[in-house]
Amino acid sequence: MTTSTDHGRPDPELSTLDLARGARSVSYRGETVCVIGAGPTGLTAIKNLTEHGFGVDCYERETGVGGVWNWRHDRSPVYASTHLISSRPLTQFPDFPMPDDWPDYPHHSQLLTYLERYADHFDLRRHVWFGTEVVRVEPAEGDRWDVTTRSTGGYGPERTSRYAAVVVANGHNWSPKLPTHEGLAEFRGEVMHASAYQDPAQLRGRRVLVVGAGNTGCDIATEAAQQAAHCWHSTRRGYWYAPKYLLGRPADQLNDLMLALRVPRRLRQWLFHRLLQASVGDLTRFGLPRPDHRMLETHPIVNSQLVYYLGHGRVTPVPEVVRFHPDSVELADGRQVDPELVVFATGYLPRFEFLDPKILGDDGTTGRPVLWLNAFVPNHPTLAVAGLVQPDSGIFPLSHWQSVLFARLLRLRETRPNKAAAFAATVTTRAGERYSGPVKESSRHWFEVGHADYLRALQRALHDLEAK
Amino acid sequence: MSQQVRIMRGREWARPVRPVRREVLEAIPGLDEGRPPLLFVPGFGHGAWAFAEHWLGHAAERGFSGYALSLRGQAGSGPAPEATLRAYAHDVVQVAAGLSRRAVLVGHGAGALVVAHALARYPARAAVMVAPVFGGWATAFTALRRNPLGTLPALVGGRLQCNRAQLFGRELPRDEVRRHLSRLGRPARRAQWQLLLGREPEPAVGDPPVLVLGSPEDRVVPHSVLIRAARRYGSAPLLFPGMSHDLMLDARWREPIDGILDWLEKEPSGG
Repeated sequence: MTTSTDHGRPDPELSTLDLARGARSVSYRGETVCVIGAGPTGLTAIKNLTEHGFGVDCYERETGVGGVWNWRHDRSPVYASTHLISSRPLTQFPDFPMPDDWPDYPHHSQLLTYLERYADHFDLRRHVWFGTEVVRVEPAEGDRWDVTTRSTGGYGPERTSRYAAVVVANGHNWSPKLPTHEGLAEFRGEVMHASAYQDPAQLRGRRVLVVGAGNTGCDIATEAAQQAAHCWHSTRRGYWYAPKYLLGRPADQLNDLMLALRVPRRLRQWLFHRLLQASVGDLTRFGLPRPDHRMLETHPIVNSQLVYYLGHGRVTPVPEVVRFHPDSVELADGRQVDPELVVFATGYLPRFEFLDPKILGDDGTTGRPVLWLNAFVPNHPTLAVAGLVQPDSGIFPLSHWQSVLFARLLRLRETRPNKAAAFAATVTTRAGERYSGPVKESSRHWFEVGHADYLRALQRALHDLEAK
Repeated sequence: MSQQVRIMRGREWARPVRPVRREVLEAIPGLDEGRPPLLFVPGFGHGAWAFAEHWLGHAAERGFSGYALSLRGQAGSGPAPEATLRAYAHDVVQVAAGLSRRAVLVGHGAGALVVAHALARYPARAAVMVAPVFGGWATAFTALRRNPLGTLPALVGGRLQCNRAQLFGRELPRDEVRRHLSRLGRPARRAQWQLLLGREPEPAVGDPPVLVLGSPEDRVVPHSVLIRAARRYGSAPLLFPGMSHDLMLDARWREPIDGILDWLEKEPSGG
């Protein structure tokens, strides 16, 4: 149990400036843990760390909680019509359910309400330094971390504090991944990344090319189908477009029902293929390429409307973009189209600009951290990356259990150091494990996980850690 | 109680509990002093009215906002003939998560078992088990002995019914007893079976402090069961000798609620 007086904010007047790092002074924060980011993952990290008795300082570059789900934030990728892709029970925090009279797939504004209520209910805001961004995170002696912060935008002086542990929860859906195409710079039409897309008014009456078959790309294509003069949807290969409802229930709940009944993956795939075949039919008749993989082998694309608008002829499926000309776009099949607006829904890349990539095991060749459970860092037992998962469910439950595991690990470092050391050894030997069945390789989906595989692995890790 | 944390809940995710209209009665103090809200959960047959009678108002007078819930299918809440303990616990967690601050869950009778299940799904500030009925054969035999006509049907699939002698003390005026008895509802059949054969509650999340209280003269919860229930949470029960099972409706209702509020004020998390 914690009381409000246990851990206040670091007070510059009171904290002893007793350490020095180069020319900078470092304020010592004792056993306090630093959380970077107050999005959903950061919030659950604060909640679970304080619940386990730790003091927490959270740094948030924006002025509110909610991270990407807060449309007021300049890095938020949500657009007016964003709804959940996974249904409520597979998205909410396990110990703080969303209201049960909310829709199966709530709107992003409801998600923000939910996160704000989570923050208020557990009184998390008192731990958050808003408008403060983290500039550097460097290891210090004794497995501690020096975290350097400043006001967002670079105003004011930098300040360095020394923490017992750090949870990196800066999110992975804010740094746009833009393709490099020949001639893109000379293209006369408007080009934007999906992160800049907010409202269907941006599409109204224009000829629009949407690039990318992710959930965002499909959402924008269906909005363009209703608003634009014409919509081309460019995809690199064929995909399975899962509807939001199957057999009278949210499709992900159907999948989880089969998972709970231990239906093998191949059988689930076969069943989903048959269900789609029976209800939606063969998509190649609309000119879409045949999927080159089985269902459940890529991040699920959940969109009931795309096929509907293909059937209305409001969306024209086209292959990959090859190059841009000043007035047109050349496609892989030699066709040329002349959009006024090109929207790249090509996804985002995780970025940890405040951390030396080597700390996360990225040797500079792949650009990918090497972690265990996508969270724990070899040789750095007091550092965790939370929320760096792309599950076939909501991220919140995964982040929740990651932070519970990390909090209990930190506790054990004091009470049973040998258990914590055994955990650290496991992290080193098993770093880089994957938690999904065979998946199609893609540059941004290396952290794709199956939520059931991943949560089972987390559960095993938690039980091993707590075993007598 | 199994001590391992359960992460995978595929069946629950795949079959969410259906929403239902929930009756919540409340009494809010005029001045918010930052105290945690109390959520009262009635036992089987009772509804939010049992707490609205005395306890809600008294808690508000002492600066605690009080909320009393009627489980689905009971009193003013929507009908739910197929309700299970899981659905009941879901109702508790839904109402608790809807409050502005972390709540203290107070369960009475079988409502304490519902609270014990809810504690595994919601990190409450604290929990209070009032004359807890955790089910099991000992409780069933006691009920059989005291009230064979009301209990026997339940064992063969009928409805459980409590009688006057089980619930109320002799000091309570006759017309008041009649008023309460007329309001008693009947629990859902499946939840009733789970009282006897249901699974043990999972460990509570967030490690909340738990207070168990009751009366040694309770005709529903034998003294030994009360002691065992308290031991489960690592403490001894707070006893109010001479009181009946329905402590919140007893002529001496003020003593137990003051006991609860005093305990909350003493707890480091309560203030």
